[in-house]
Amino acid sequence: MPRPHGGKLISQQIKSLSENFEKNQTYEITTDQSEDVINIATGVFSPLQGFINRNDLDNIVSERRLENDVPWTIPILLDIDNNNIKEGDSLLIKNKETGLRAIIDVEDKYKFDKKILAQSIYGTVEMDHPGVARLNKMKEYLIGGKVTLIKNKTRKFDHYNLTPKETRVLFKEKGWKEIVAFQTRNPPHIGHEYVQKTALTFVDGIFINPIIGKKKPGDFKDEVILKSYETLMKHYYLKERSVMSILRTSMKYAGPREAIHHAIMRKNFGCTHIIIGRDHAGVGNYYSPYDAHEIFTEFPDLGIIPVFFRSFSRCTKCGSVVNDKICPHDPQYHINFSGKKIREILRNGQIPSEDMMRKEVAETILTFEKPFVE
Amino acid sequence: MNEEKKYTTISIPTPLAEKIKKRIQGTGFHSLSSYVTYVLREVIAGTEEESEEAFSKEDEEKVKERLRALGYLD
Repeated sequence: MPRPHGGKLISQQIKSLSENFEKNQTYEITTDQSEDVINIATGVFSPLQGFINRNDLDNIVSERRLENDVPWTIPILLDIDNNNIKEGDSLLIKNKETGLRAIIDVEDKYKFDKKILAQSIYGTVEMDHPGVARLNKMKEYLIGGKVTLIKNKTRKFDHYNLTPKETRVLFKEKGWKEIVAFQTRNPPHIGHEYVQKTALTFVDGIFINPIIGKKKPGDFKDEVILKSYETLMKHYYLKERSVMSILRTSMKYAGPREAIHHAIMRKNFGCTHIIIGRDHAGVGNYYSPYDAHEIFTEFPDLGIIPVFFRSFSRCTKCGSVVNDKICPHDPQYHINFSGKKIREILRNGQIPSEDMMRKEVAETILTFEKPFVE
Repeated sequence: MNEEKKYTTISIPTPLAEKIKKRIQGTGFHSLSSYVTYVLREVIAGTEEESEEAFSKEDEEKVKERLRALGYLD
């Protein structure tokens, strides 16, 4: 099993609730930020122990690494107004939706340049980019410092929510040495299954890791994604070779930089490999289709192996799912796995062709009266 | 943060430096330093040992209990 990123799996959860933190100065954070706190405290973001300080941010921007040279491409930031929070404070941070209570020891309070940050992380300063738009809404100051999780409430899908410590024990118990991670935000179509099983053929197990959280209208709801994977795995996967667990984090749409970030998180879960597809974590035309592949050559010390997939389709002449390395036939024989088209068919209450999606998966989706976010 | 703190100078034999300069022509490496840094990172990463987790037995048992309760383990 790979070492956690940076060498140590972080675990920063308070053991005893005897101390009364309610007397500390409090600060309400967003739901996304509270997910960040939980991910820091449970080791998903190892080796981060807290929100990024100024020196690490400078280094992430210029070198795509933390100050200590460990690869890190997406800064985990906590923005605040210029209020009376100061360095040395111990703040109680809260969030209503997640029921989060945590302590942050403020080590650093600093201003930052949104344009420089946007250009570096997203490769653009255009407001049409969702990551840039979100960054521009951030407050003027950042605070960095170690966080300690006090508590958070039980939530929907917690039965599918494993921490890195838990997945590492699970993989060990299963006797898996090489594990490939697959990230998803959609129910599985035949193309996904092809990619997953192709990768799985060469390792011991697959870790299917849907990102759960904020979605835009028209996207599949989280429960639909999970149920459809349950169905696929029940009918078409070996139980002893596949595991599904969710990841609560927001998409940044930072393309290549985010592909590295996704790989780091899966390394912390104990995965040795990660599937990286075409335009991974991309949006619009901001990145070239294979930028998220090429960036991996710049991180020889990442500690997780990317498994690259280019475009794939069903070839009517081959009678199977193919990619551009294995099929000699003209594109006229290729049917692309269009997520948009599959959504349209399902929206009309119909079952897509079995060339596109397993019948059982489609039927599962159609058991939901409203499978899409409105 | 000043640049002096971020980088240090390492001496390598000039003939080796010349060989490297030739080797990186036409590649994505824009300097001798960036290539040497890449190679050293690769070497260092290769020497890091795989780790057995430093969980206590008690900790691990608790985790297994949860995994069984959730149906991940039989």
